[in-house]
Amino acid sequence: MSGFLAALSRVPPLLAAHVTLSLAAIALGLAIAAPLAIVAARRPRVAAVALGFASLIQTVPALALLALFFPLLLLVGGGALPALGFLPSLLALTLYALLPLLRNGVASLRGIDPAVIEAADAVGMTPAQKLRLVEAPLAAPVAIAGLRTAAVWTIGAATLSTTVGQPSLGDLIFAGLQTQSWSLVLAGCLAAAALALAVDALMGLVERGIAARRRGLWLAALAVLAGGMLAATAPLWWPAKGGDRPLVTVGAKNFAEQYILARLIGDRLERAGYRVEYRDGLGSAVIFGAVASGAVDVYVDYAGTIWTNEMKRADVPDRAAMLRTIGEWTARTRGVRLVAALGFENAYAFAMREPVARARGIATLADLAAQSPSLRLGSDLEFLERPEWAAVRRAYPMRFAAATPFSPTFMYQALASGRVDAITAFSSDGRIAAEHLRVLTDPKHAIPGYDAILLVAPGRAKDARFLAALRPLAGRIGVEAMRQANYRVDREADKQSPEQAAAWLAGAIRLQ
Amino acid sequence: MQPPALAWEQVTKLYGDTAAVADVSLAVDGGSFVALVGTSGSGKSTLLKMANRLVEPTRGRVLLGGEDVTRGPAPAVRRRIGYVFQNIGLFPHLTVAENVAIGPRISGQPVPDVAQLLDLLELPRDVAPRMPAELSGGQRQRVGIARALAPGAKLLLLDEAFGALDPVTRDALGQRLRALHDELGLTTILVTHDMAEALLLATRVVVMKAGRVVADETPAALLAGGGGDAAQALVAVPRDQAARLAAVR
Repeated sequence: MSGFLAALSRVPPLLAAHVTLSLAAIALGLAIAAPLAIVAARRPRVAAVALGFASLIQTVPALALLALFFPLLLLVGGGALPALGFLPSLLALTLYALLPLLRNGVASLRGIDPAVIEAADAVGMTPAQKLRLVEAPLAAPVAIAGLRTAAVWTIGAATLSTTVGQPSLGDLIFAGLQTQSWSLVLAGCLAAAALALAVDALMGLVERGIAARRRGLWLAALAVLAGGMLAATAPLWWPAKGGDRPLVTVGAKNFAEQYILARLIGDRLERAGYRVEYRDGLGSAVIFGAVASGAVDVYVDYAGTIWTNEMKRADVPDRAAMLRTIGEWTARTRGVRLVAALGFENAYAFAMREPVARARGIATLADLAAQSPSLRLGSDLEFLERPEWAAVRRAYPMRFAAATPFSPTFMYQALASGRVDAITAFSSDGRIAAEHLRVLTDPKHAIPGYDAILLVAPGRAKDARFLAALRPLAGRIGVEAMRQANYRVDREADKQSPEQAAAWLAGAIRLQ
Repeated sequence: MQPPALAWEQVTKLYGDTAAVADVSLAVDGGSFVALVGTSGSGKSTLLKMANRLVEPTRGRVLLGGEDVTRGPAPAVRRRIGYVFQNIGLFPHLTVAENVAIGPRISGQPVPDVAQLLDLLELPRDVAPRMPAELSGGQRQRVGIARALAPGAKLLLLDEAFGALDPVTRDALGQRLRALHDELGLTTILVTHDMAEALLLATRVVVMKAGRVVADETPAALLAGGGGDAAQALVAVPRDQAARLAAVR
C-alpha cells in the first residue's frame, strides 16, 4: 500500500505533461480537421481522400506510429528538429485524432436538412454567416461526439509517448511493467483512465447541453473542463522550488539496472546543485540519438552496443582498446563525451538452467550450437535484431527450433518454467546467481565487451561541475555490487524501487 | 417607362444535355400575381430559382427592377427577394421570433416588428418564443412567409409553398396570401402544379411544358377556353372534378 502511495506521488508532474500533450494534440487535430471537414462536406472527392488517409493512419499501431516519427524527423529536420520528446508525440497523436474528428465533422455537416441550407441561402446569408449561424450550431452535437472520441483515444495513446522520451503517465506503466512493480502500473493506469473518464463525462455534458440548447449546462461543463485542465497542468506553471537551478535530464533504457544507475547519477547531480529529470524506458537505438541531440544529458550505455549498433564494427578487440576507440569516435562524430567506464560489464551471456546444461553436456556456445535444432531460445526484445546475434551465428552456426523475444523479466520466467531452454541473459543480472543458471563460455570471442560507460551530451561535455559530480563513479561499481542492486529490484518477493536500490548501491560502494 | 419588376430574357438552363428551361423570355410587372403552372419536370421551379440565383442560368439573363441579378454578390440579391418553398426550412435551433428576424439580422437592419408580422399571417403572438418543432405544418409555413416578408421585400417567390399542407389549411393560407399581396402591394410569383389554386389566386397564369412557356393568359381567358391544348388539359382537371361533384348530388 505504501508502494502504491509512493507511486501516486509521482503522478502530478506526469499528469501535467500528459494533459499538456493530449490537449495540444487535440487542438492541432481540430485545427486541421475542422476546415478539412468543411471542405470535405461539400466535395465528396476531398472527403474520400481525407477519410481514406485518416483511416489508413488508424490501422498503424499507435506505438509504431510514434516510433516512426523518430527516423522521419531526423530525416526531415536534419538534426534541427527535435526527433524525441514532445514533437514526435504531438505529431503522432494529432494524426491519430484526425479520424474521429474528420468522420464526425463530415457526417455532422452532411446530416443537416438540405431545406435548412436552402433557406439559409435564400434569406441571403453569406457562406461565413451560413457556417456561423446555421451549420456550426446544427453540426455541433455530432461534431462534439467526435471530439469526445478523439479526446479519449488521445489520452489513452499518449501513455505510449514514453517510448519516444516524452514524459507521460505511461512512464509509470512502462517502468512498472519492466520491473514488475504493479503499484506503479496501477497508479499509471488509474490516473490515465480517470483522466479519460473525467474528460469524456464533461464533454458529454457539453454535447448534451448544446443538443438540448441549454446554454447554462454546456458553459458550466466547459468551465469545469477548463478549470480541471488548468489545475492538472499546475505543476508546469509553478515549477518546483529551486527553479533557478539548472535542469538536467538523465536517460535510462528499459531495464532495472538502467533505472538504478539513472537514480544513482541523478542523486549525485542533485547534490551538485542540479535539478534532475528522468527519461526512462528509451530504446537502445533512440537513446544514443537523444544524448547526441542534448534531449538527454547523461546516461549509461554499454561498450559493445555502441561498437556494433552505432559504429557498425564486427571485430572484437580487447576491452581497453575498444573503450579508447569508442571515446574517440563518439567525440569526433557526435560530440558525445565518454566520461568513464563504471567498472562492471553487462555482456550478453547465453544462460541455461544448470541441470539441463549438465544433462545435455553444454558448457560453451559451440556446444549450444551443436544441439540448437532441438532447443528453444528466449531473448530480450532487441537481441534477435542486433548485430551481435549475427556475429554469434557467424562464429557458431546455430539454428534453434524456436526463438522468441520477451521483455527481460518474462524471459527469466520463461526459462524457469521450461518454455525455453536457453536465454540471452545479462552478465550483471542478479538472477543468474540467484536462479543457479549456467553461463556458457564464448571460446571464439564472438561477443564484444560490454563495459558500462557514462556518456554525456555535447552541451555538458565541458561543464566542470557536472563532470566532477560524475567522475567518482569511474571504475567504482563492481559486477557483484551491480548484480545485488539489480536483484533487489528484479526479485519476486520483497521488491525494492530503483531509488531504494540506488541508495543501497551508493552505500555498498562507499560513495558519499 | 417603369421597367418590369422581374424579367427573364432568353433564359436557358441545361443539366448535361437536358434543357430544364429552354429559351424562356417573360416579364412580370410590379403588383401582379403570377402563377407558374405545369406538371412535374416542366421547368417552373428552375425558372423561379434563377430569379434569386439559387440556380444560375446556362444562357440568358434575369433582370430585377431592370438590373442584371448577376451583378454583385448573390446574397445581396436574395436579401431583396422573399422566398418560400415547400420544405419551409425553418432553422430548427432558433425560436420562431429569431427565424422571422433572421433576414434583417444578417443584413444589419434594425430588428423587425415580429408581433406585427405574426399578426399579418394570423399567427398567435405567443408562438414567438417557441421552437419550430412545436408548431403544426400550417403554422410553420406561415412563419416561413413571415420570415420572407420581414426584410420588407416587395417581390415574393413561392415554390410549391402550400404543396405539403392539408386542403383546408392550404385554402386558408392561399386566401391569406392573396390578401397580403393586395394589402402590402407585393409582386408575387407562385409556382404550383395545381391549376385550381392558380386560377383562384393569380391575376396571370403562365403555363410551362418541357422547359418552355406554352400559355400566358388571365384566369378568365383560360376558363373561356384560351391558351391552347396543354393549358386546357390542366384547366380540365378542376372543371371535371367540379362537374363530377355536382353530379354526385
